[in-house]
Amino acid sequence: MASTAAVPFWRAAGMTYITYSNICANLVRNCLKEPFKAEALNREKVHFSLSKWAGGKPEKPTLRSDTPGV
Amino acid sequence: MFRQASRLLSRSVAAGSSKSATARAFSTEVPSTIDSTFVESWKKVAPNMDPPQTPSSFMKPRPSTASSIPTKLTVNFVLPYASELSGKEVDMVIIPATTGQMGVLPGHVPTIAELKPGIMSVHEGTDVKKYFVSSGFAFLHANSVADIIAVEAVPLENIDPSQVQKGLSEFTQKLASAATDLEKAEAQIGVEVHSAMNAALTG
Repeated sequence: MASTAAVPFWRAAGMTYITYSNICANLVRNCLKEPFKAEALNREKVHFSLSKWAGGKPEKPTLRSDTPGV
Repeated sequence: MFRQASRLLSRSVAAGSSKSATARAFSTEVPSTIDSTFVESWKKVAPNMDPPQTPSSFMKPRPSTASSIPTKLTVNFVLPYASELSGKEVDMVIIPATTGQMGVLPGHVPTIAELKPGIMSVHEGTDVKKYFVSSGFAFLHANSVADIIAVEAVPLENIDPSQVQKGLSEFTQKLASAATDLEKAEAQIGVEVHSAMNAALTG
């Protein structure tokens, strides 16, 4: 039983499929014409608030509102 | 009382599993096989509780395959933010699988295909609709239903050729100067995606 199937180059470099897929999607979005590009980038914005917990209480939350990064 | 229950359980499970080891049913046939000896032993031990459900009782039977090949392919093409085509009946779709452009007709062999960046075209009579798909999967079922999922799919008119050229030269350069494996992989992905877009626009 051969589990030596050819792995894709990104898997061999340590990347997961989701990372690969997201990179591809971002590249495609960056090559769109103007109104569509702005819509796409707008759609993909994420905002999240992160708070570390210490001793059962949340510390001050940090807000991350990145534009689509990988 | 509960020690007895586990003995009864293990007895009936062992009997069940030795039987079913050789005759595995497909999920099209499964739902009605309830182990009656187990249910009876359960009722003796815990008469007021319903016997536990097994995963197969929650499963809907798989849709049956028609005996004759249907004339149309039903396509569900979904993106994370929109359902581009939902239950649309078409004649053929051509999907950009990693193994090459694959034409899917009604009655296609059930397949799971990983998609590479490329053009997907949906053919309905004389209408052809093309999308550039960034990557994804296509699930072709036995009943001529095709579920295609992609992260990003755009009509070809929405792609800007100058950006594609710029991206292509940028990533080709990055590929040449990349140091770590990861950088090389990212640059390679960039080159592949932009070449595919280029080919899609000019082809």
